[in-house]
Amino acid sequence: MAQGDGDVATVGITAYAADQLGDIVFVEAPKVGAALRKGQAAAMLESVKAASDVYAPVDGEVTEVNHAVIAEPALLNSDPQGAGWLYQIRLADASALDGMMDEAAYAEITK
Amino acid sequence: MTETARHDAGARLRRTPLHALHGELEAKFCPFAGYDMPISYPLGVLKEHLHLRRAAGLFDVSHMGQIALRARSGNVADAARALERVTPIDVLDLADNRQRYGFLTNHDGGILDDLMVARLGDRLILVVNAANKAADEAHLRASIADLCEIEPLDQALIAVQGPGAEIALARLAPDVAGMRFMDFREVEIVGARCSVSRSGYTGEDGFEISAPSKIAQELAQALLADDAVQPIGLGARDSLRLEAGLCLHGADIDAGTTPVEASLLWAIPPVRRLGGAREGGFPGDQKILDQIASGAPRRRVGLRPEGRVPVRAGAKLFAAEDDDEAAGAVTSGGFGPSVNAPVAMGYLPKNLARVGQRVFAEVRGQRMPAVVSPLPFVPARFKRG
Repeated sequence: MAQGDGDVATVGITAYAADQLGDIVFVEAPKVGAALRKGQAAAMLESVKAASDVYAPVDGEVTEVNHAVIAEPALLNSDPQGAGWLYQIRLADASALDGMMDEAAYAEITK
Repeated sequence: MTETARHDAGARLRRTPLHALHGELEAKFCPFAGYDMPISYPLGVLKEHLHLRRAAGLFDVSHMGQIALRARSGNVADAARALERVTPIDVLDLADNRQRYGFLTNHDGGILDDLMVARLGDRLILVVNAANKAADEAHLRASIADLCEIEPLDQALIAVQGPGAEIALARLAPDVAGMRFMDFREVEIVGARCSVSRSGYTGEDGFEISAPSKIAQELAQALLADDAVQPIGLGARDSLRLEAGLCLHGADIDAGTTPVEASLLWAIPPVRRLGGAREGGFPGDQKILDQIASGAPRRRVGLRPEGRVPVRAGAKLFAAEDDDEAAGAVTSGGFGPSVNAPVAMGYLPKNLARVGQRVFAEVRGQRMPAVVSPLPFVPARFKRG
């Protein structure tokens, strides 16, 4: 999931994904400055049972990571679309978010 | 997967007598050993795990195999002698109304399956792993059918585990409060004759109840009516047994691991070892008795990864951070909710299989330090007294 503001987007997982993964116990976030390609495994979320990759939604450079979620992975479950964000990325292409599914469409496919 | 494909895959899976109840309890399902089983409930794996250690939890383990053995002679000791042909444990001296852990071995000394065996009147009752139950039954028929009738039992199996388990079950069957760890009794519960053992797969006190399928749902609901008892899925069952240092067949033990390598030597008593009155006489006896005498080349150990990164099954283990060749591998691993840290089990060569030894586990291309640690990771709380 990515939320954009200008050319910087905040990346995280949806409430639906958090529910599917179960309680997250460990977060491995990308490094600030890392250049990500769309579709690349950028973060790793570990639940009690399994490890899951989080793929970069767009091309760009990581500008910030959420240290709070690394210290307290439970934020991913309690507030995935708020305090549980993973990292911020400067979009290589400012229009990259335009073609993405919006929240209403996402809600429809995950019903 | 398309909706039709999902339906077809689901249709091939077997269901336990509690399947509908799991649905009502809003379980997430996953296929396990050919059954459509609850992996977790809305509480989630982590909270289910913690709740069970603090209060109590109920598992549906009706997918496991239950097999009754009756001696054709009518003398239960003959069934015990027969079973000793296929296992290195002591069955003959198992007292009536008692249960014991054991395993079936192959000719290489490997573990075909692990099991519980109980003696109840004129019968021995085995509980075996779901994935192996057909093979186990065939193996028993090929090995001991001359002496025993072998009857798979079509019964539900419900485990209630945790410090609140005794109170929850004693409400329905007061007599169970007098049982100790590994006692096995016939008890009337919700009007039906059940067999109850004081045992489990969590490291906690608790009971396993074999009940007629037709009363399974009523029994489960009666247990769940106790506020302390939450339904627990297979996800937390796995993290609970891992913290308790208990083996999962197919992961920590299999046809290629011997009981000595698997650190299960405690289950082979002196009477079956060299010099014992019933020495050997089981498949793979030569190799297993040799390993008892001179040690196994590798051992199952507990591992505590340093840091927070879970080290999972399949991760290679290295003696040194820059070694090219793996010394062993992790067979079970994950995050231990009660330990609040990653925990794992795996195999290491005997020179490294020492508590306190530091090794390195490879996770996503990186070498993570881990320390060989005593098992279990959490103290067992069985009612032994």
